[in-house]
Amino acid sequence: MSDLGEMTKKRIRENGLPIIDEARTKAPLYVSMRELPLRFQFGTTKIQKFFDGLKEGKIYMTQCEKCTQKYFPPQADCPNCPDSSMNWVPLDGQGELLTCTMIVVKPSTFAHYDNYIIGVAQMKEGVRVLAWLRIDDPRKITPKMKVRLTTAKREPEGFITYEFVPE
Amino acid sequence: MRDVAIVGVGHSKFSNRFDVRIDELAWESAKDALKDANLSAKDLEFLIVGCTGGWSAESLPAVICSEYCGMLPKGSMRVEAACATSSAAVAVAYNFIASGYVDLMLVVGVEKMFESPNPVQIELIGRAGNYFWEFENFGLTFPGYYALHATSYMWKHGLKEEDLAEIAVKNHHYASMNPKAQFRKEITADLAMQSRYVAWPLKLFDCCPLTDGSASLILASESIAKKITDTPIWISAIGASTGTGNLSKRDMFTKLEYSGLESAVEAGQQAYKRAGIDPKNTAKHFDVASVHDCFTIAELMAYEDLGFCRRGEGVKLIREKQTYNGGLIPVNIDGGLKAKGHPIGATGCSMMYSLTKQLRQEYGKLAGKAAQATIKNGRALAHNIGGTGHYAYVTILSLEKPHT
Repeated sequence: MSDLGEMTKKRIRENGLPIIDEARTKAPLYVSMRELPLRFQFGTTKIQKFFDGLKEGKIYMTQCEKCTQKYFPPQADCPNCPDSSMNWVPLDGQGELLTCTMIVVKPSTFAHYDNYIIGVAQMKEGVRVLAWLRIDDPRKITPKMKVRLTTAKREPEGFITYEFVPE
Repeated sequence: MRDVAIVGVGHSKFSNRFDVRIDELAWESAKDALKDANLSAKDLEFLIVGCTGGWSAESLPAVICSEYCGMLPKGSMRVEAACATSSAAVAVAYNFIASGYVDLMLVVGVEKMFESPNPVQIELIGRAGNYFWEFENFGLTFPGYYALHATSYMWKHGLKEEDLAEIAVKNHHYASMNPKAQFRKEITADLAMQSRYVAWPLKLFDCCPLTDGSASLILASESIAKKITDTPIWISAIGASTGTGNLSKRDMFTKLEYSGLESAVEAGQQAYKRAGIDPKNTAKHFDVASVHDCFTIAELMAYEDLGFCRRGEGVKLIREKQTYNGGLIPVNIDGGLKAKGHPIGATGCSMMYSLTKQLRQEYGKLAGKAAQATIKNGRALAHNIGGTGHYAYVTILSLEKPHT
């Protein structure tokens, strides 16, 4: 269980109940004793090639053999046909920046990173990709700037992902 | 298909409501709606609860709220469509009644966001996209999703951050008159411009707050609506659309010479077609509109997506104050999500609460004459977006019965 906070512990000691005063309104709040840790797990079997590709420095899209529709994020099934014969095609990496944002107020699980820039780029192959844009100075960002999509190690965790860098 | 009308509306105070549980909060607006319709819970045949949930303790809000509202053992369900949750709930209820399944029922939109701390709420809302490809590795936040649209708009049309600030100024102005609103203070464009970035180019004052609140509607079939009220507000048409979960797949970033939400365009077109309204130059058909201004940029895109103006001309509407009361089309003159507050699952019902009061010409009694729109066409529009255009619902309300 994570820290309940000094006030909650104090109230349990004093009154036998985990009821605290809300900081601003002073309304009484019951602090639940039952914390719910959530860590999801999802299957990668059908797109495992994408993850194998990351280890080799490749970023794959898929393309339906039948209707030639391209997919990024890659998917194993084409709902248009419907068919599941897909070609796995590595992206060349050349892209053009369509839009971006810098996240300042972060989700709790991203609080340990510096402010980060997220961009969407049009790739040469026709698909669009969303990823972090690694750039030393955000003021250098210009509309439609050329970017390159590349695999990258995300620190401090050390897992492999992909990101944009200026071309 | 039978016609369906809103015959009672209720609304809780929007705020961080540390003083109530979710069922108590639902009852605040349900009680208000029952009083408005002069009915008791026993008269109602079904309850749909619009609640997004995830941040609050109760896993089965429809059951908890049914019981607290005195609706047992009537049927109930929870409907979810992110921030468009209670418009989706109204769409289901509309079809329950139109089909003849029931004659009279309650829709309660309710959300209790402050049962979790702020960073957890940011985390949960940020996950509302295409989880693995947007959140897991890249940590998008909700302001971040709309910021991507804002940047795109700015790069295409020369939109300025100062223009967005003017939307915030308008919506805070009207919220200051609305006793149900979370923020009751006027702001200046300077104050908005000085606020810190949340997700560049969006700043704190471009964003709606997190809110606890509820809003309720009582819907009735044409066979009984006029027995309940002299001024039933008819549901003239509902349009609904779903957009790609993954923002990078939005064609508008590349294929279109503008920025907007494709799902909102589609939902609007459907609604106009069903209501028999010319889909071009639509503003003249409505006396007032509520659009989904979770962020200032979202209101701007809505003007264009709904055809209130041409592509790229939304900024002009703002600069000329055409969406203030008395302008071309008054938009969000109850304060909007931006300043009235955005309790996610309650927002659609809250929009329809305000529009019903406007069409009945009762809104002035609540918020003062300056906030009562002039009713000429007898028609109002609610544009409610779930996610960043993931769900889109457009509901047209009318004083005139759709089918004679």
